[in-house]
Amino acid sequence: MALKSSPVRRSAANITGLVFGLLWIFPVYWLVNNSLVTDEALQSRTPSFLPLDFTWAHYETVLHDSRFWSALRMSFGVALIVVVAALLFAFFASMALSRFRFKGRKLIIISVLVIQMIPAEAMFISQYKMIDSWHLLNSVLGLSLLYVGASVPFTIWMLKGFVDGVPVELEESAMIDGCSRVGAFFRVTFPLLGSGLVASGIFAFLAAWNEYTLALVLLSSDNSKTLPLWIQGFSGQNQATDWGGIMAGSTLMALPVIILFVIVQKKMAQGLVAGAVKG
Amino acid sequence: MTVTSTRAKPEGILPDRTKPAAPRKRRRNPLPYILLLPAVLIVLVDMGYPLLRQITMAFQHFSLEQQFGKPADFVGLDNFTRVLGDSAFWLTLGRSLAFCLVCAALTMAIGIGGALLLTKLSRPVSVFVQAAMLLAWAMPVLSSLQVFQWIFDSRSGVVDWTLAGLGMQGMAGYNWFSNPLTFFAVAAILVIWMSVPLVVFMVYASVTQIDESMLEASTLDGANGWKQFREITVPTIAPVLLLVTILEIIWDLRVFTQIFILQKNGGITEQTNVLGTYVYQVGLSGGDYGVASATALIMLLITLLLTWRYVTQFLKQGEV
Repeated sequence: MALKSSPVRRSAANITGLVFGLLWIFPVYWLVNNSLVTDEALQSRTPSFLPLDFTWAHYETVLHDSRFWSALRMSFGVALIVVVAALLFAFFASMALSRFRFKGRKLIIISVLVIQMIPAEAMFISQYKMIDSWHLLNSVLGLSLLYVGASVPFTIWMLKGFVDGVPVELEESAMIDGCSRVGAFFRVTFPLLGSGLVASGIFAFLAAWNEYTLALVLLSSDNSKTLPLWIQGFSGQNQATDWGGIMAGSTLMALPVIILFVIVQKKMAQGLVAGAVKG
Repeated sequence: MTVTSTRAKPEGILPDRTKPAAPRKRRRNPLPYILLLPAVLIVLVDMGYPLLRQITMAFQHFSLEQQFGKPADFVGLDNFTRVLGDSAFWLTLGRSLAFCLVCAALTMAIGIGGALLLTKLSRPVSVFVQAAMLLAWAMPVLSSLQVFQWIFDSRSGVVDWTLAGLGMQGMAGYNWFSNPLTFFAVAAILVIWMSVPLVVFMVYASVTQIDESMLEASTLDGANGWKQFREITVPTIAPVLLLVTILEIIWDLRVFTQIFILQKNGGITEQTNVLGTYVYQVGLSGGDYGVASATALIMLLITLLLTWRYVTQFLKQGEV
């Protein structure tokens, strides 16, 4: 394709690309920028495009807020359980879907897709009652339990694509060497799924980290809020909205996710190489 | 380049995938069922059971009294007729459909355009665009919501300031959240901004798998860019496009968090409700669980109707 594009066309494309990139990066820049300027600059009618009136004050406010730390612990706890459980369950399931042809297979695959369509609002009330009857409201366990079920279908969907990419022959030769079928899954296929596991794990993490509505329904006590609930409640705490604090809090909330994405990007590069080898 | 690989997922659904274990013996092997058990079990407990209860509730008179133990009476299709006879429901439905279709269509158009653009960029620009996509994609919904509210703030928002600076004096101090039309404009911008990166990465990953020599050969045969796009690019990326379109429609129709939180700014909840927030209001705030459940079921039906054509087409495209 590079052959036919003239320099003029190329620079036109580059300019469009730059504008596109700037538009998409702007809100992220604006978030970080506004978390770093003083209240006076924030209050001013003229926006500050650069953090010239620089201050860490908003971060200090947030980091001294015990509610932030409790929300952070809550969010991490939930996300951790969800990632481990969802990956494990989805690994088993995607092995079944990828390696076997059995009765009901198609039904499962369709269900995985259809489950995505069920409006979460359609289940709130009964989910709330279920968790309530198990006395798990306001707990890490109760919320994680529901999140695992919600993220397993998508995780299966993603992971299956990666499992399909690992040749069965590898498992078969391991079985000839005396490995059991399940043993071959774990010893041969599992390690080869590295990047797939990381990528789908990140998705499960992200889903749990971001989720707002179920958390809103299940968590009512002050010390069991997750980060999304905390940040949304932040504006209500003070009389005037503390935009600097909200921006700092939102940045802190985004940070782990951004770090994860940067990590996964490198892992995926390795994954691509592995994919190329598989041919 | 490396960034795109976060989306290596389409690989599995492209036609050129390595062969799965196709000719397995047809003997009843319990292993796949055992492997599926944990996943199926947790989904059944988390969603299957609540959904069943909700379906039951849709046919019952179920409000706060029943919540506190009074037995619920079955009322047949009463809840459904009440929903369908309520003009607020139809308005909400229309709003939701319009919002969903506009967002999904624009997201797909911008996403496909962005992915094709990526193939034409010089390396530094391409890296920049991919980094921007990655950052936007990684932003938690709640963080994005906060910054968008700030960007469109009526007092110190950068959008009002810019528009006023461009000579639109009326826009100084304009409250975007007080008018349904501008409310949904902001919501749509936010939703599209959040969803485009996924489409870009998925489409780009599959576009880069197109055989270069095929494009070159077609150029020699005199095919122009548009023709190439229609006859080579589209068929190759069709499975990915289908999947993303399905997901976008599903996600945009059940949009909740964004609307729910933006509504706190305007005080015009009634005029800005979409199906999700409507169900929440009728059910959790209004206490009418029966009607809320019926509405939720109707919502599920509409999603199935909207996507069914794509889903069957997607399943037909080779063995999934």
